[in-house]
Amino acid sequence: MIAALAAILFAGHQWSDAALTPNLALDLEGGTQIILTPVPVAGGEITSTTINQAISVIRNRVDASGVAEAEITSQGTGASAKIVVSLPGNPSEETLNLVRTSAQMEFRPVLVTGTGAPAATASPSPTPTATANEGPAAPSSPSDKSYYVTAAVQKQFDALDCTKAANRTGGVNGDPKTAFVTCDKDGAYKYILGPVEVEGKHISSASSGLQQLSNGTVGTLWVVHLNLDSTGTSEFAATSARLFKETEPLNRFAIVLDGLVISAPKINNVIPNGQAEISGSFTRESAATLAGQLNFGALPVSFQVESEQQISATLGSEQLQKGLLAGLIGLILVVIYSFAQYRLLGTLTVASLVLAAVITYLTITLLSWTQGYRLSLPGVAGIIVAIGITADSFIVYFERIRDELRDGRPLGAAVEHGWARARRTIVASDTVNFLAAVVLYVLAVGGVRGFAFTLGLTTLIDLAVVFFFTHPMMEIISRWRFFNEGHTLSGLDPRRLGAPTTRYVGRGRVATAARPTGPLDRDAPAADQPAPGRPVPVGAGTATVGAGTATGGTIAERRAAARRTPAPRAAAPTDSTSTTAGPDDAPTEGNEH
Amino acid sequence: MAVGFAQWGNDLYAGRKSYNIVGRRKIWYGIAIAFVLISGVLLVRPGLNPGIEFRGGSEFVVSGVADRNQQLAIDTVQAIEPTELPRVTTVGKDSLRVQTAELTNVQVEAVRGALASTFGVPTTQVTSTFIGPTWGADVSRKAVTGLIVFLVLVSVVMTAYFRNWRMAVAALAALFHDIMFTAGVYAAVGWEVTPATVIGFLTILGYSIYDTVVVFDKVRENTEGVLDQSLYTYAEKANLAVNQTLVRSINTSVVALLPVASILFIGAFVLGAGTLRDIALALFVGMLIGTFSSIFLATPLEVTLREREPAIQQHTQRILAARAAAAGAGDVADVVVAGPRVSPLRPGAHQGFAAQPKRRR
Repeated sequence: MIAALAAILFAGHQWSDAALTPNLALDLEGGTQIILTPVPVAGGEITSTTINQAISVIRNRVDASGVAEAEITSQGTGASAKIVVSLPGNPSEETLNLVRTSAQMEFRPVLVTGTGAPAATASPSPTPTATANEGPAAPSSPSDKSYYVTAAVQKQFDALDCTKAANRTGGVNGDPKTAFVTCDKDGAYKYILGPVEVEGKHISSASSGLQQLSNGTVGTLWVVHLNLDSTGTSEFAATSARLFKETEPLNRFAIVLDGLVISAPKINNVIPNGQAEISGSFTRESAATLAGQLNFGALPVSFQVESEQQISATLGSEQLQKGLLAGLIGLILVVIYSFAQYRLLGTLTVASLVLAAVITYLTITLLSWTQGYRLSLPGVAGIIVAIGITADSFIVYFERIRDELRDGRPLGAAVEHGWARARRTIVASDTVNFLAAVVLYVLAVGGVRGFAFTLGLTTLIDLAVVFFFTHPMMEIISRWRFFNEGHTLSGLDPRRLGAPTTRYVGRGRVATAARPTGPLDRDAPAADQPAPGRPVPVGAGTATVGAGTATGGTIAERRAAARRTPAPRAAAPTDSTSTTAGPDDAPTEGNEH
Repeated sequence: MAVGFAQWGNDLYAGRKSYNIVGRRKIWYGIAIAFVLISGVLLVRPGLNPGIEFRGGSEFVVSGVADRNQQLAIDTVQAIEPTELPRVTTVGKDSLRVQTAELTNVQVEAVRGALASTFGVPTTQVTSTFIGPTWGADVSRKAVTGLIVFLVLVSVVMTAYFRNWRMAVAALAALFHDIMFTAGVYAAVGWEVTPATVIGFLTILGYSIYDTVVVFDKVRENTEGVLDQSLYTYAEKANLAVNQTLVRSINTSVVALLPVASILFIGAFVLGAGTLRDIALALFVGMLIGTFSSIFLATPLEVTLREREPAIQQHTQRILAARAAAAGAGDVADVVVAGPRVSPLRPGAHQGFAAQPKRRR
């Protein structure tokens, strides 16, 4: 698995733009700061409420585009308020568009259309003159050309040159109640549009995909599907019913996005179900971007970019270095502690931790390449904390094995039983952690999402390492003589664990664990010990428990002896394990004295 | 030490040494309630000290500077406002952005002047403005929504896994205690609450529940079929479980706390204020108290709740009555206090004469 991850990463590095280190977030790497100034619209006032709504929409869009954390805030107050968006690294053009475009969409009927060039020649539709009328008092319908296309509008339309890119920057939609003159986004056509019939806020959801052709197959054109809410559906049904009866170009409606027509389809049918499809010259990315923008709604006001500047990391590189140093010190302490606790078994803990660390590193690097994940300092801290939670799985596992050894099982069986019990605990507790990660990831925004992502990732890696590395390794090493015979340094010494040396196996027989003594305890100072391997009396009891003497006395007698002497048992730290008191405890006793 | 510790672990497992944690639960409840109350008071006064990420603040932009030394800017601001922890960022090629908590107009002018003279630019090149919070109310609201959904889901999952809602209730109570305590410590220390702190709190949340589940799983294992035996009561079995997981709890918390402690140490003493210090303090306190509460609060609480179940209640009374009868004289209370030595059933081991079927007299 590591090999696969490493191979993918290396391949990505060789043939694509993947880096061998994870990308860093805003606080560690810096990024781009964009200051957005609201464009005042007629009738629309910039208040702190609109600014907050805009911040919320931008944040949703940025969050939906990946797991990178952006910082979004307002600057100044009242009418002079601005929005400051800080994006990590060098954001792509698509990401910048997410922030910059307000995505105000509306549906307007087409009144007049023409080619993009300025019409010095006759415009394709009859030109109402200024003297023709001042218009009826009220329009008969939104498609009422004679009411909406006034001389001023026509003049504006004639003068408009859509072939100039400067005229196609888009921006603000016109007044929803009057006609609106604009270009389409390629500059090939220009339009006079009627008043707004369906507002963008009635779009309940949007998605992007390939066009479904009428014969049921999937076309090659990228489109954006829109679902309207109930108000939008009825408005749209009414509009389509009216336009359906009109003649070209009045039977078309235009989808206007940020002041530009992105599509002006002909109505071939009454559309009663509130579903619309926008086709245009979309690519996969631009369709997805538009769908994302529409999903989270339009910004309440339009913004223009005031400045776009590089900013440095908010935290010095010192913080990251010191943080990593702290993590390293912590890891070394963990290694020392696990050796002290688990002796050579600690090697397995350390190996598993190292493995988990390597997988985490590879996964994060891969994700930062494919998903735009960025590591922030809280993320780094979260990973360091994950050491504890990962190590806990091993500790639970080892403690269960030791419990089984204490019950007198031989190592092989102890590993098997201990694993069965530890597995339940590990899965249950990791499930809870993973649940926390998923819920927070789905529901929260900003920095919390980044944290949740890291938490979920490390939990999964923890499970994978325990199941596919630690446990199989444990099974393998439990067959090694060193561990199987319970060497003092193995951390699985049954005598140190106070395992009973005898146990009842039925039919009045007692099993005696034939435990090698003496030879294994090379470091025991033999001189000041009573003869190694000799049974030692338990308390004041007459019966002895231990290798070689198990046949001396019935179970009941030994029990009785044990029951007669509760006090010494409690007082002496080496009570019923005193059979092991000889050689095993010798080094410690020596130390203690 | 290791041998002594291992021996201690053995004794705890076999029940030779036992801490009556469940039995003395009134003491732990008292301590926990005291902790929560003290934390509650601390949260009101002095209260948490939210950072500029939550409250917004003042922002200064110094443009046209030749020397973009961030530390110099920090020192300049702190010379005027010693308690401030300004965030300094370079913007573009020749600008510095300094963000502080909200200052009064007089302070703003003072800082502007100081920044201008430090960096050798005219005062007009230092602009000041008010900035809103990056962690606004909507972010908090969504985080809280996520939290509530998480807690509900966790309760459902725990109820399903343990086949008992009482474990979920006890775990949530312990969690509440942990969060309150950590927040209380944070309020007492008076460090700024930053997004890093909030993330630390969320980690504690996960850790506390995680640790409680591990302990409860042992309780579940030990108390499986508790009604089918007549040696020990539910409380005694649960107490044995806690004692048996004590070694694991200590090992886990040491292993988890070592890295956090080293971050806290480096963060607080080497780096001073910053993300690392904020997150490490929350984690250190929270993990410590999380381990404590799993053992001393969650399990006793669970036992208290379980003992209200009629089946468990009858079972406990039956055992206590049997013990009283066996002891001959003396009332039930004595027996409860003394209790038998609770040890796990060892496969193949003799349970003593008391466990043998008795001939009816």
